[in-house]
Amino acid sequence: MAQYKLVRCRINGRDTETMVDVRASLTDLLRNDFSLTSVKKGCEVGECGACAVLIDGECFNSCIYLAVWADGKEIRTLESLLGPGGELSDIQQAFVDEAAIQCGFCTPGVLMTATEILESGKLYTDEELRKLLSGHLCRCTGYQNILRAVKKTMYQRLGLPLPGAAEASAIS
Amino acid sequence: MYDIKALYEAESVQDAIRLRLAHPEAQLIAGGSDVLVQIREGRRAGAELISIYTLDELRGVTMEPDGTLRIGPLTSFSHLARDPLIQQHIQVLGEAADQVGGPQIRNIASIGGNVCNGATSADSASTLFAWDAVVELTGQAGIRRLPIQAFYRRAGVVDLQPDELLTGILIPRAAYEGYRGHYIKYAMRNAMDIAICACSVNVKLSDDQETIVDARITFGVAGPVPLRCPAAEAIARGAAVSEETVRAFAAAVLEDIHPRDSWRASKDFREHIAVELARRALRRAVELEGGTL
Amino acid sequence: MSVGKSIPRVDAYDKAAGRAKYTADLCPPRALVARVKHAETGNGVVKSIDVSKARAVDGVTAVFTCFDVPNRPFPTAGHPWSLDPGHQDVADRLLLTSRVRYYGDDIAVVVADNETAAGQALRLIEVEYEAYPVILDVDEAMAEGASQLHDAYPRNILAHTQIYRGDYQKAIQEPGLIKVEGWYETPTVQHCHIENHICTAKMEGGRVVVTTSTQIPHIVRRVVGQALGIPWGMVRVVKPYVGGGFGNKQDALYEPLCAWLTTQLGGRPVTIDCAREETFVNNRVRHAERAHIISWVRPDGTFAARKLELFSNQGAYASHGHSVCAKGLGAFPQLYPCDNLECDGYTVFTNRPAAGAMRGYGIPQAMFLGECHIDDVCRALDMDPVDFRRAQVMPVGYRDEFSKNENYFDTFNQVMNKGMEAIDYRRKRERYRSQTGPVRRGVGMALFWYNTAVWPISLESSSCRMVLNQDGSVQLQTGETEIGQGCDTVFSQMAAEALGVPVDSVHVVSTQDTDLTPFGTGAYASRQTYIGGFSIAQTAALLRERILNYAQELTRQPVHNLDLRGGRIVRRTDGRGYMSLGELATQALYSASRSEHLTAESTYQIKNNAYSFGCSFAEVEVDIPLCKVKLLRMVNVHDCGRLINPALAEAQVHGGMSMAAGFGLSEELRFDPATGKPLNNNLLDYKLPTFPDHPALDAFFVENPEPTSPFGTKALGEPPACSGAPAIRNAILNATGVAINRCPITAHVLFDRFRAAGLL
Repeated sequence: MAQYKLVRCRINGRDTETMVDVRASLTDLLRNDFSLTSVKKGCEVGECGACAVLIDGECFNSCIYLAVWADGKEIRTLESLLGPGGELSDIQQAFVDEAAIQCGFCTPGVLMTATEILESGKLYTDEELRKLLSGHLCRCTGYQNILRAVKKTMYQRLGLPLPGAAEASAIS
Repeated sequence: MYDIKALYEAESVQDAIRLRLAHPEAQLIAGGSDVLVQIREGRRAGAELISIYTLDELRGVTMEPDGTLRIGPLTSFSHLARDPLIQQHIQVLGEAADQVGGPQIRNIASIGGNVCNGATSADSASTLFAWDAVVELTGQAGIRRLPIQAFYRRAGVVDLQPDELLTGILIPRAAYEGYRGHYIKYAMRNAMDIAICACSVNVKLSDDQETIVDARITFGVAGPVPLRCPAAEAIARGAAVSEETVRAFAAAVLEDIHPRDSWRASKDFREHIAVELARRALRRAVELEGGTL
Repeated sequence: MSVGKSIPRVDAYDKAAGRAKYTADLCPPRALVARVKHAETGNGVVKSIDVSKARAVDGVTAVFTCFDVPNRPFPTAGHPWSLDPGHQDVADRLLLTSRVRYYGDDIAVVVADNETAAGQALRLIEVEYEAYPVILDVDEAMAEGASQLHDAYPRNILAHTQIYRGDYQKAIQEPGLIKVEGWYETPTVQHCHIENHICTAKMEGGRVVVTTSTQIPHIVRRVVGQALGIPWGMVRVVKPYVGGGFGNKQDALYEPLCAWLTTQLGGRPVTIDCAREETFVNNRVRHAERAHIISWVRPDGTFAARKLELFSNQGAYASHGHSVCAKGLGAFPQLYPCDNLECDGYTVFTNRPAAGAMRGYGIPQAMFLGECHIDDVCRALDMDPVDFRRAQVMPVGYRDEFSKNENYFDTFNQVMNKGMEAIDYRRKRERYRSQTGPVRRGVGMALFWYNTAVWPISLESSSCRMVLNQDGSVQLQTGETEIGQGCDTVFSQMAAEALGVPVDSVHVVSTQDTDLTPFGTGAYASRQTYIGGFSIAQTAALLRERILNYAQELTRQPVHNLDLRGGRIVRRTDGRGYMSLGELATQALYSASRSEHLTAESTYQIKNNAYSFGCSFAEVEVDIPLCKVKLLRMVNVHDCGRLINPALAEAQVHGGMSMAAGFGLSEELRFDPATGKPLNNNLLDYKLPTFPDHPALDAFFVENPEPTSPFGTKALGEPPACSGAPAIRNAILNATGVAINRCPITAHVLFDRFRAAGLL
């Protein structure tokens, strides 16, 4: 017998009430009940990061998060970053401008982690950013332009000038 | 959709204990980063689960009046790494926690879940062993306290009774005061990986920083459960801070570790790495304590 | 001018917004779920299979076994079909098989209402096998008496080809030659696109409609037709956005099975969504290769004779077969020409997962094997690797008689110069000369040879359709597919340039639908930008002609004095503007006197091909006691002709470099030697590089315009993955003096080699 639970949570700024099959992952809930298809399935075991969403401001792999645990939480997916007129947020625009998107499948998850990083209001080194982004696998970009986009937005938000030669100069 | 037969959500520690007794077959689930993966791969398919994820009373780090650090077992690794008490007193535990998986895993995975898995590779476990941590187990009859070494019985099995819940991980003041430690995770990648060998060392130096008053060393993945190296610790205790001590200390770990051959790494290789990690971890811990080599 | 500009990707907004739809986003929500039962033996036969318990699971609709499917073998490779039966791909697949050729082979399939029921049913299927010894390596497979995987291929040799030149045996008699000999080895690796393969099939109007994550929709249509034994026109294949392919999706994967299932279930929608574990072993992998190379070198560095024996591990099924080995074999005599050669290439079946296409198509292997050997030659001669290569590499003006490819430019020296400067090669080489400590640094490099597209081995053609809208904008369709590499964007740029309209007036139709899209063979062989360029240029010329013909009446100017520039009809002689293309298009469509819908469509068959060369440089730090390599810097330099979109080109190179770094240092799909069971078919145990595993990746270009291409362009998709691994290996050699002849160069490998070398 299927077992259900009423889950009340805030999804992308809207209060919701859903009868949830207790077997469902948060990925299942977001994709199937709310058509939030930016939440991607890449491995279903928390290794790739394609399904990452923000829960109360922290990034989680929704594939290994039971949907019933979302009760009382505030959940944000990539769909929440767009402005009312469909405007891209600064971090999304930076991904576009820095050619940080190729196949686009890891992109939504990475953007959610980037959102958590940027919302911390802190300035990180390249090494720290690599570590903070390390829960996302990408096969297209070599991570290079993603790092560039996050870094650029971080400096912009902090009102600081972007250091010149990125990390290339720091290495040699 | 997970193949779960039933889900029971505990509302308190006492409720969890009641649910455990009512559903003896059920599996406890804290963050789920291991349990859900096992359900998906079929190993635990069809399981009944008792979720304790929402028991916020088991989160956070506090200091008890006697100076004991109390770590709530549901504290996520990311919160542990950022916790001011951890950073102040046993920073190395925060550093170890910060090397688990990747950021999203550190947000969901809890130190208690990590310990209760009984895995030798758990990043938090070897460090907790090196801090003489005590686990607090709450059951029907009350509270039981156990050194973490006694809690780990064999690979994947801990001494958690059918009515019990891990309700605290305690680091006694005597275990951390005056000590500094260093943890080295040896893995094939710099993120999203499990240790092939892990070493946690902490030391206490004499006031003049010339002598090692005490040293504790633990390895993960050098045996079926995390293990301390008494032979090496005995060599370091009371010895001069010197290259020779470091060398002898590192060589002695081979007396106590017994890694195995597996497709992930050979025994020879793990032993070689273990000695090298012991050397480097002790050096670093001594340096952190202000000693010079 | 649109070509040559770094405009943002045309799909960037949708992807950044999370709105781009991939196959999983388009599956009917109540589709049946099909899950495949994979064999739990590495080599053998299914003697019996009991699915009664599986059928009884609540929610299970049907279970089919290897004894239920038609006995109609079909090929899977994403090659253009050949009219020559001798050149057609090997048809060795059935939808499900009772002859188990690798651990995980497809022996049954469960169809259920939901994945949980399907999973429960799968676990209840009981199978009895007759098991044979498992063969994982080519030498065991070729041994006398080895278990034979396919009846038609004795000693499991799928193919053996040779390239012999001059007289090797005589040439090696020359006095004073130095013999350099080695065995080199590369692993089985997997593509690891983040979107797993997924397909969904249903019937509409009596036809089978398959929506799938593929690189090759038109080829999949043909293969599904072949597998089901139905006319190819009864199959419709739709390809939405794809989350990476890298060659894995250049095969028909589960589309034939999925299509067959819907025909067995009254046309109900059925979805097969591969789990990551299945993507690793039940799709395709890269061929593991071994090579024995002997070079006979004169003290001045010239080659007297060379020998190569190349063994390519095909795994269980032919898939792309010998083509992959043959490409590497063909590169060997071209990159460093030598008069006396003996090259033998073997492709051999084993009980590993089927190897198919993967980014570079045999060249990453060939470059690892060959470029490691070149550095070994340099060491034997005490010559600098760059200086040696300058002297021995394919000279300017070299022409390959088979492909007619010509080395028009001094590309090799140009890319090496750029790479050396970027990584500060000479100074570092000097600085790292005599290190003795536990932590040492080194720099190394490697070249790569590549050629674009598949002519003359297979058909090369491309088709394009352009439709003018009322506002002067244009729909652009080709059969070539966007899989993340950016072809929609560069096609838009090319079309805009060729037509004379702004790039934002070109609306590329990203989805390929075999009912709607002109024929094209798809994304592979780094072909699309080169090949697509021909039909885009040709079709644009046709559309321009029709537009200007129409303009003649409106402007009363002769066609030869009219032009379309920046989206306006202008007079050539003085540049006077007459009207916008939108005004013309509206007129043309709605004119009561002469209505015309201005469109153009054409196909161009390409009988050219183009070399695409470049190099990698790597700098490493080796911690000898920890047996660890830290990649400090990686530089790739490419000559892919004129860059259509420099920013996208750079990004694509980064991705290839990352794949090369994984190939060189960490990635290997491993198997239990006794059972053939995969040990690490997940993203935790298979060591795909993560963010902190990479240093800054630097991509540079030399832009020698390719004379055969209307846009001066040639291959870039695969080349970035080709030379990174040997560059890293050669850097480790430079740092430690230890020559590692296999990749990935993991800590385990280094431990053994450092011990043998007395460094530990």
